[in-house]
Amino acid sequence: MIGLSSYLVLAALVFSIGLFGVLTRRNAVGILLGIELMLNAVNINLVAFARYNGDLTGLIFTLFTISITVAEVAVGLAIVIAIFRVRRTVEADRLDLLRG
Amino acid sequence: MTLETVGFWVVAVVLLASSLAVVLTPNLFHAVLYLAAALVATGVVFLMLEQPFLFAVQLLLYAGGVVTIVVFAIMLTEKLVGERIRQTSRHLVNGAIVAAAVFVGIAGFLLRAPLVTLRPGLEADATISIGRALVGPFAITLELLGVLLVTALLGALYFARSEE
Repeated sequence: MIGLSSYLVLAALVFSIGLFGVLTRRNAVGILLGIELMLNAVNINLVAFARYNGDLTGLIFTLFTISITVAEVAVGLAIVIAIFRVRRTVEADRLDLLRG
Repeated sequence: MTLETVGFWVVAVVLLASSLAVVLTPNLFHAVLYLAAALVATGVVFLMLEQPFLFAVQLLLYAGGVVTIVVFAIMLTEKLVGERIRQTSRHLVNGAIVAAAVFVGIAGFLLRAPLVTLRPGLEADATISIGRALVGPFAITLELLGVLLVTALLGALYFARSEE
């Protein structure tokens, strides 16, 4: 029998891998992919807690987070495309227009 | 080793391997394909938690929608194949240290937390309960989500449209 802690440790591992991607990627699209992994790990946590506690709210919350993530990705990538039009690069290190 | 245990380990290995490939592969287009594999593996985790509806949502929205959007963004910003899509990473050691520290922190918390190991039996089909809750106590939240999606759609169109 797989316990709740196994799912939580799996989610924590995926979250850490996503964090590593966010910290190390230079490309803005690569950073967004890392954020996707982190949000995905959170969804595993929500569903696992909901299932093991017999509570429906976690499942509803997961539905909402999935939908909001899709909206976030759409806006984020639109911003990346807009930045690429102006600056001809999507490398996060070179997008320092607001640096004082 | 029951079938459930074997299945969990297989899915866990696939999920972790594809997640590592997402953050480590130098080709960004390959990273998106590995992300699709990781998202499908997450959907299978939902299936193992007996949530077929969330599995379907995960496939439709994440593996279908997000991957498509990211592929389009890469096509618009880089050449799909070629030298420019190869990218280097930076601060590999620092990133690994921070990520490992975060994992150790979470795992240390999990080990001390009192967690249930037995899952309760399913009283009814979870899909029916989710549907009833979405139009019952969560109806306003659902409507707000619709407004948010429309706003995000319009915002994305506004940002990405060509200047004319």
